[in-house]
Amino acid sequence: MDNLKEINYGQAIYEGCYQEMENNDSVFVYGLGVDDQKGHYGTSKDLHKIFGEKRNFDMPLSEDAMTGVGIGAALAGLRPIYVHQRMDFLLLCMNQLVNMAAKLRYMSSGEHSVPFVVRAAIGRSWGQGAQHSQAFHSYFMHVPGIKVVAPTTPHDAKGCLIASIRDNNPVVFVEHRMLYSNTGYVPNNLYEVEFGKGRVLIEGTDITLVGASYTVTDCIRAAEALKKIGISAEVIDPVSLSPIDYDLIRKSANKTKKVLVVDNGWLTCGFSSEIIADLGINCSNLKLDRMGYLESPCPTTRVLEDGFYPDPEGVAIKANIMCNGEKNWKPEKISREEINSFKGPF
Amino acid sequence: MKEFDIKKAYHLFYLIRRSEEKIIELYDTDKIKSPVHLSIGQEAIAVGVSLALDDNDIVFSNYRGHAHYLAREGNLNQMWAELYGKIDGSSRGKAGSMHLSDWSVNFMTTSAIVTSAIPEAVGYAFAQKYKNDKGIVICYHGDGAVDEGVYWESLNFASLHNLPILFVCENNKYAIYTHQSKRMLNDSISERANAFGVKASKVDGLTTKDFYNAAYKSLDEIKNGNGPMLIECLTTRWRDHVGPGEDRHIKFRSDDELDNAIKNDDLLRLESMLSEKEVKKINDEVDNKINEAIKYSEKSSFPDTSEITEEVYG
Ligand SMILES: Cc1ncc(C[n+]2csc(CCOP(=O)(O)OP(=O)(O)O)c2C)c(N)n1
Ligand SMILES: [Mg+2]
Repeated sequence: MDNLKEINYGQAIYEGCYQEMENNDSVFVYGLGVDDQKGHYGTSKDLHKIFGEKRNFDMPLSEDAMTGVGIGAALAGLRPIYVHQRMDFLLLCMNQLVNMAAKLRYMSSGEHSVPFVVRAAIGRSWGQGAQHSQAFHSYFMHVPGIKVVAPTTPHDAKGCLIASIRDNNPVVFVEHRMLYSNTGYVPNNLYEVEFGKGRVLIEGTDITLVGASYTVTDCIRAAEALKKIGISAEVIDPVSLSPIDYDLIRKSANKTKKVLVVDNGWLTCGFSSEIIADLGINCSNLKLDRMGYLESPCPTTRVLEDGFYPDPEGVAIKANIMCNGEKNWKPEKISREEINSFKGPF
Repeated sequence: MKEFDIKKAYHLFYLIRRSEEKIIELYDTDKIKSPVHLSIGQEAIAVGVSLALDDNDIVFSNYRGHAHYLAREGNLNQMWAELYGKIDGSSRGKAGSMHLSDWSVNFMTTSAIVTSAIPEAVGYAFAQKYKNDKGIVICYHGDGAVDEGVYWESLNFASLHNLPILFVCENNKYAIYTHQSKRMLNDSISERANAFGVKASKVDGLTTKDFYNAAYKSLDEIKNGNGPMLIECLTTRWRDHVGPGEDRHIKFRSDDELDNAIKNDDLLRLESMLSEKEVKKINDEVDNKINEAIKYSEKSSFPDTSEITEEVYG
């Protein structure tokens, strides 16, 4: 255990970033507030004091242009990491990411590449409302030329970040506000978590639960509740959303014959559609279902917000119905400390 | 020119100040479970501008919108109920502080994506001209908003079409904790606007009356068909960017900067222009109204979850 330590998700991102900056001079960080006292949940805190202002800097509110600036720097051989306080702001970067970053390698027939990491936090909780809570991983999964990762554990957060920095393609690195306090064991050294490889977090035989980013934790909690009534749920964390580890999901599906995909996003044309389409095409005799955001913008008031998102109880209930048709069972209330204890003010 | 109404200015100013102080007092109870961006320190702009407006003028504000809304004499009960996330809120709890919305006083739904409502405000002004309607569009925004490219694209279109819109830049010098000088080489918002054909002036008197005068003059010009205008209003935010707290511990600005602004509180200046009796009458009335609004919000109920998917489409 000497080379492992227990840290949280935010600290793991910091460590991956710090170590790779130390390792490679061409890595730099920029984004709104990255060099302020809070340093984006601690993930970029004081990096400018260690590596100089050139390598961790604030910027004007110019998301669109600054995406292009990152792409330009990447074309010139640097490895920028562009940090966004909310994923919602990526909508301002869309033209540069989709029309430029994703296509320059292809259009130059491999002459150029864009080693560019775009980190963005999904802002759920404390009444973030319609414009500060959205998750757009599915938008980017749609676009060839961009990779998408959404680690949920500190181990994967560090390893995915290092892999993303070293990758020669644009990578959207999806974080979630309710994951920053997640703790876990993380190796001290530099290591990469491979793109396109998912993980079985809990092994099971009766049903497969697949989450994305924060909803992986809903699946884990649901699996624990299901275990108490004798249902053995297998929980899959895809980690990498594009490319995605279809083999792992298919293998699990063929074993359990039932798959419930729980997205951290809307259903239509999303992550869940994609997985279910793949399983429908490549496996047979499966029971398939999915859950995600309700089909509305995210409401601000807490009672509606709670109803808008999938929750572990809801996942367990649906899984139980899929397993044995039993509609009246309800698990005990499952506490989510990270949500209950979060008091904003933002 | 309509004379500056000191009593009304004091009334609105005190209403905004006390409402936000109440938010601070109550925030720890967690009854307001959403972000609040307070205007304390910046009220003079909203009050001065609002006093210069006509009823049919249209206000586009932003996430820091309590002052704009209350100065426009919006519904206090509904604003409070919205903060509480209750069904009697202006948006039945779906919006919260960041997206205040009340068309009964021509107050457009506010956005929390910086600058995103600027082109909409310009579009609204385009429609006003198109329809030959009288109301002028008032577009409040911060100094950070001008960092975005779309801001200048919007100004370009506004001047190109000579649109009836008044941009009110509340320059509190900071975007969160980042000073203007770290975001642009020169302190030149008004100059740039002028270069875009939007006649701009800098108002650094810091008093409600200065902002009133500047807004009044600009609105007059706009009414006479002299196109879009901008007033850059210098001000200071007293509290943290977001939330009820102070931000001195973050040390992004000097204590002096803040203390000087607090010493210069225009609420006290307005108060000194009224008799003790007048002040007391207004204060009692406003305090009562706020207490009533809080009671009203406490009593109101939370929406039913069946409402989540309502009002998505028209
Ligand atoms: C497009 C966009 N980028 C970043 C943010 C995060 N953010 C919210 S408010 C703010 C600062 C805005 O400053 P300014 O326009 O001066 O308004 P102030 O808050 O000072 O009133 C930032 C960066 C956002 N909401 N939208
Ligand atoms: Mg500002």
